[in-house]
Amino acid sequence: MKISIERGTLLKAVAQAQSVVERRNTIPILANVLIEAEGDTAQFRATDLDIEVVDKAPAQVERAGATTVAATTLHEIVRKLPDGALVTLTADAATGRLTVEAGRSNFSLATLPREDFPVMASSEYHSNFTANAAMLRRLFDKSKFAISTEETRYYLNGVYMHVADSPEGGKALRCVATDGHRLARIDAPLPMGAEDMPGVIVPRKTVGELRKLLDDDEMDIAVSVSETKVRFATPNITLTSKVIDGTFPDYTRVIPMGNTRRLEVDAAEFAKAVDRVATVSSERSRAVKLQLEEDRLTLSVNAPDSGAAEEELAVAYSDERLEIGFNAKYLLEIASQVDRENAVFMFNSSGDPTLMREGSDESAVYVVMPMRV
Amino acid sequence: MPAPPVALCRDCLSQIPAPTRKPLRCPACGSPRVKLHPELFSLSIAHMDCDAFYASVEKRDDPSLADKPVIIGGGRRGVVSTACYVARIRGVKSAMPMFQALKLCPDAVVIKPRMQVYTEVSRAIRDMMYELTPDVEPLSLDEAFMDLSGTEKLHGAPPAVMLARLVKRMKEELGITGSIGLSHNKFLAKVASDLDKPRGFSVIGKAETADFLRDKPVRLIWGIGPAAQASLDRAGIRTFTDLLRWERQDLHARFGSMGDRLWHLARGEDRRRVSANAPVKSISKETTFFEDTASTEVLDGHLWRLAEQVSDRAKAKEKAGRVVTLKLKRANHTALTRRIALRSPTQMADTIYRTARALLDQVGNEGPYRLLGCGISELVPADQADDTGDLLDPQASQRAEAERASDAIRKKFGKGAILKGRALR
Repeated sequence: MKISIERGTLLKAVAQAQSVVERRNTIPILANVLIEAEGDTAQFRATDLDIEVVDKAPAQVERAGATTVAATTLHEIVRKLPDGALVTLTADAATGRLTVEAGRSNFSLATLPREDFPVMASSEYHSNFTANAAMLRRLFDKSKFAISTEETRYYLNGVYMHVADSPEGGKALRCVATDGHRLARIDAPLPMGAEDMPGVIVPRKTVGELRKLLDDDEMDIAVSVSETKVRFATPNITLTSKVIDGTFPDYTRVIPMGNTRRLEVDAAEFAKAVDRVATVSSERSRAVKLQLEEDRLTLSVNAPDSGAAEEELAVAYSDERLEIGFNAKYLLEIASQVDRENAVFMFNSSGDPTLMREGSDESAVYVVMPMRV
Repeated sequence: MPAPPVALCRDCLSQIPAPTRKPLRCPACGSPRVKLHPELFSLSIAHMDCDAFYASVEKRDDPSLADKPVIIGGGRRGVVSTACYVARIRGVKSAMPMFQALKLCPDAVVIKPRMQVYTEVSRAIRDMMYELTPDVEPLSLDEAFMDLSGTEKLHGAPPAVMLARLVKRMKEELGITGSIGLSHNKFLAKVASDLDKPRGFSVIGKAETADFLRDKPVRLIWGIGPAAQASLDRAGIRTFTDLLRWERQDLHARFGSMGDRLWHLARGEDRRRVSANAPVKSISKETTFFEDTASTEVLDGHLWRLAEQVSDRAKAKEKAGRVVTLKLKRANHTALTRRIALRSPTQMADTIYRTARALLDQVGNEGPYRLLGCGISELVPADQADDTGDLLDPQASQRAEAERASDAIRKKFGKGAILKGRALR
């Protein structure tokens, strides 16, 4: 194999590959990226056996062929090459080396045979549809903060993507994530062809990799879903992932529908105030106490060892007095999801889950569990 | 000007100048229990270790046992937790299986430990120690480090005198004897207290440290167990002299942070402070069954009681743990441990039990087991625990409330006032 490829193009492809490979793995080939050259494209493939990413890039192919080489090393080399350089990759079957040449730099890297590289079995997809990148980005960006890292409840270690009844009528493509402390439920209009999509739990790592495909607002993403796999594809990049084999809990029971005490507050002001008062406590789970009275919100933190803080905000609130505590980090995270309108909190009592949404927008709702304070 | 005193009468506590004749006796009371050491009145780090503590308490409470061999230990399958000095002469040692101890000493009186009584006595001793210095670091019920630096002005007497007074008081007021080790750091103080048991008072001065350690085996170091000793053996290190031959980097390369510590200890250096609240790293409880069992129901009942005990300890210490550990020992003594990190730290019996139970289910039935244990580690202050409810398990907060309520009841009416049904299994 011998190809020449522009440094920027190569860097993008290799960067994607090296983020998929496992840093610490016991199977050496999984640290490698498979490079296949044919016609006028080079294809870069990397996998951790759960996720596979294939990136096609234009290249001058002098000699077709394939080889595998350590993804992180190749990435480091390409990253350090000067911008605009033309990089030539030459695989020498006799020595088992891949030479990387650019200008006066020359590298020789160990390779492993392409035959050893595990290629994810292709499978039938139950449902295929096209979704706009901006829409997918919103679905996953607004939900991923709530993904759990708890090993015992592995079925929470991802975003549950499924078809649901939209509160605004009709069907919606919905993403839900929760760790038991907070929950995010984000809806988008259901794309054509997605009606029969099975609900799948997209693993945290896949969500992270997917994000890299979604930067271009106008891009259309081809989405394919089966019971066991999910695939997202742009014209150049295909990301295939196994989904989490488990049942996502019935989250609908968790979303409080009957909360009546309504607080409306400027989300940015609120987030800043939470951040300020939380400064006095160094604990990992800092409790912020919210005291609600007629059009006034008092935020306070009391850390017996280090100090206390209090701040008042003018808000819209006309229900009974309420005192309720939350983990500062959780409050900050959900408040930062609000980007257009005021944040609306719906409370019940100091022990019950609280609901938050943006204005009257039902397409993104958040639930957060209070803390005992 | 008279020579400064270098000796102390351990009975009448008089300070004696350099002796003129031997054998040395106290000029004031005539007692032979006189401690002579050039650095006696300048050292201030001490270790106090009670002599055969549990057995001494039993002998105190039942004078008819005075000259009989007494072994404290529990159950048919238990081990010796303490043997009195009479039994020790016959070869009985702590941690020895009971059947072996009884073979060596068939006429021994075996007494089940009365922890509550020992705890009370221990607390009384601790209070006496706190009168000497706030820097008391208890290692267990019957031993503690004390740092008496800078207390001479306060007490009007040097540390050695106060220590001799402490053991004298323990004997007079509590009927318990103890041995004192006095030196310039914790390591040597602990070594010293063991040199002259029972009712010992040993001093290792700065000047003699190197000579003292020279031919001593490295297993003298507290914390060097059989495993560490084996790895030191492989490196050809048996005595402190062997240790002195090693460069610091080489020790570090071979033994890691323990290597650094060894390098210092070889030179008689130990910079650890006597710290009143040495951090508790974990809280755990275990139980050995009368008969090996594979019954999930039996294991479950034990697991609940253990979780409850762990939780009680955690609540008493105001700690919560981020990691729950399950420990099992099979009939052939092979051990099995499983641990899992929790989302948020807990001190709740319910959470500890449920988590450990899930681990037990994961292990599957590889029994029968002879021992079951559970514990929590990665401890944090209790106010960081269990504060956020679980959306997906709405009953969790109700169970937590129930537990807090029953804790309050047990606090008021005693431990047995309210029990879970599964605690009876």
